[in-house]
Amino acid sequence: MREREAPPVPTRTVGRRRRFTRRDAGVIGVLLGIPVLLDVFVVWGPTLASVVLSFTSWDGIGDISWVGTDNYENLFTNYPAFWPAVRHNVLWLAFLGLVSTPFGLLLAVLVDRGVRFSRFYQSALYMPVVLSLAVVGFIAQLVFSRDQGALNAVLGGGTNPTDWLGDPDLNIWMILLAAAWRHTGYVMILYLAGLKAVDPALKEAAAIDGASERQTFFRVVLPTLRPVNIIVGVITVIEALRAFDIVYAVNKGRNGLELLSVLVTDNIIGEASRIGFGSAIAVVLLLVSMGFVVTFLVQEMRGEKNR
Amino acid sequence: MAQVSFDGSAVPGGRVSRRSLLRGAAAGAGAVALPAVLAACGSGPGGDGRTIRLGSNSSDPVPKKAFAAAFAAYEKQSKEGRKVKVNTVDHNTFQENINRYLQGKPDDVFMWFAGYRMQFFAKKGLLHDISDIWGSYEGFSPALKAQSTGEDGKQYLTPYYYYPWAVFHRRSVFEERGYQAPGTLDEYIALARQMQKDKLVPIAFCDKDGWPAMGTFDYINMRTNGYEFHRRLMAGEEAWTSNEVRQVFDTWRSLLPYCQPAANGRTWQEAATSLQKKQAGMAVFGLPHPGQQFPEEEQDDIDFFPFPVINPEHGQDAVEAPIDGFLLAKKSKSLKQDKVMESAKDLLKWLSTGEAEDIYLAGDPNNIAVSDRADTSKYTALQKKAVELVSGAKQISQFLDRDTRPDFSSVVMIPAIQSFINDPKDVDGLVNGIERQKKTIFAAD
Repeated sequence: MREREAPPVPTRTVGRRRRFTRRDAGVIGVLLGIPVLLDVFVVWGPTLASVVLSFTSWDGIGDISWVGTDNYENLFTNYPAFWPAVRHNVLWLAFLGLVSTPFGLLLAVLVDRGVRFSRFYQSALYMPVVLSLAVVGFIAQLVFSRDQGALNAVLGGGTNPTDWLGDPDLNIWMILLAAAWRHTGYVMILYLAGLKAVDPALKEAAAIDGASERQTFFRVVLPTLRPVNIIVGVITVIEALRAFDIVYAVNKGRNGLELLSVLVTDNIIGEASRIGFGSAIAVVLLLVSMGFVVTFLVQEMRGEKNR
Repeated sequence: MAQVSFDGSAVPGGRVSRRSLLRGAAAGAGAVALPAVLAACGSGPGGDGRTIRLGSNSSDPVPKKAFAAAFAAYEKQSKEGRKVKVNTVDHNTFQENINRYLQGKPDDVFMWFAGYRMQFFAKKGLLHDISDIWGSYEGFSPALKAQSTGEDGKQYLTPYYYYPWAVFHRRSVFEERGYQAPGTLDEYIALARQMQKDKLVPIAFCDKDGWPAMGTFDYINMRTNGYEFHRRLMAGEEAWTSNEVRQVFDTWRSLLPYCQPAANGRTWQEAATSLQKKQAGMAVFGLPHPGQQFPEEEQDDIDFFPFPVINPEHGQDAVEAPIDGFLLAKKSKSLKQDKVMESAKDLLKWLSTGEAEDIYLAGDPNNIAVSDRADTSKYTALQKKAVELVSGAKQISQFLDRDTRPDFSSVVMIPAIQSFINDPKDVDGLVNGIERQKKTIFAAD
């Protein structure tokens, strides 16, 4: 990027300084204090507590005893569900990011260009977005169930039909399809809004300059969609990391559908909770999420400077 | 949780000034805090000590109604005018929150399960010892007493009903084809082969929910190694890498070719349906399971035989029959009052009678009474047979997930059995994995 001349920094004139009355200060204090307190108690408190508890063997009843990094060692070496869960989370991210999101963009472009029945497609594709992912999971079971599912009824399958949801090599893909069904519509609607806002004059100018449609899209339209791209990227990452409800609805996130979020719940919720161990998994999930959040923030701040 | 509506803090007047908005916001914040304050005040029952609060996990309509009938009968017969205030929570939610429930503000009496799952909380000091009234209970077998007793030798549970597990089938199918109920494993396999020839799936099989296949594991284990081994294995005292356990998995593997394939994708409802549709010949289930998938006019066609003998030394001594019952929560505030305690114990005593069980079972015929004083004359043929099965048992087990630490059964055993069903060949890897995890979990105490 070319260096631009730094714009003159407006120096703030310290002219009219307003004094706050005691009452105003109180109001500000309360108004700022409530969110800060909420933030501390609802967000930071539990987060720090998780980190602390991850070094204990607390079972939710009785005394808390320190075990050092035992939970983490146990997690990495001795917990068969952990690495599959990590892989599935990465797969989830990759699938939503590399398949579902571009597909949503493609659909948005098609609908935006006004193919026939575009309104119908638009609403049909948007429909699943209003469903909760848990509901999408229930629908997926109606479709993919081996014995009574719609898909096997259509395919026939003979005496030994495919076990879409029970086969651990297969079910994650089926669930990803179901999750993408919803995600694609979500992404499409965001991009549609963005595309509507693109100044047509830009496209005309590109056409006059002799740009092909492809070039126009990738060189002119897509860069103007930058804010939307960021939102879509953030949503995709969030959706991938918080994925939980759909796999839990299908088979409690077991047998091929393990995710970090499920492992946390499995260990913490229940009669005899392994809160210490579950917290260790939660901390891993936290670190992964922080990785993305920090990367994103750094990018954003750099972008802000360059703008 | 109570939802707080902010409508109450409406802004007065037409123009919204900053101050009135603030006042509204403050009122709103107060409204958020208020329920918590109210809850802290505690809503204990009236001071008369005659109201017993009861936490129920029976959220399904049939048992919920049957329990309501039983409590109504109790209130009616109570000369002191005692009342039962039932607090019903969704079954799974209750189960998942039991830990926090018992430590927080539990009801006086609550419903729970017998065996290890009761002992676990007894050991943590969350249950009231009821040995004093247990002595006066009548009509309970020694096996029942054992299942109501904590590790310290005191009783904590008033058992109410149970539902045995067995191999279920359709009577008409067996009659039509001339099948005989098998007594031994060899006969079982021979029957399965015959069914295969007759184009039936011999054994309906499911484990999508993670627990149904545990019944098969338990039976093969108890028939091979006996109840005592089952108990020690579940208590973490035996190694999963032992030859005994390997043998269980080996036997199970030899049965898998006769089981419905792809069990990990099938719920128990779907498996029971294939039994009902005569696609499958047999299935290892608990008493309520086939009943719920068979239409009313076909209920009489459900039949069962006990799981076949594997090792003659243990025969068919043990029966898997989970027991549900009532317990007193130690942390209940109102139980600290002698009068409430008296009322609660009075309720438990009444619930231990055959009569009380009759009233419940009239509304929910998918279980059988624990007391031998219960009136069995109105039982269905299937229930009568179930009573025979249980009363002939030398030992009663409670199902894998009730006989061991809940975290071990859910975090280790469910995935382990599912992976065995996916890949039955790798028994070594399987039992080594279970043993390693068992050690860390059982060491946590």
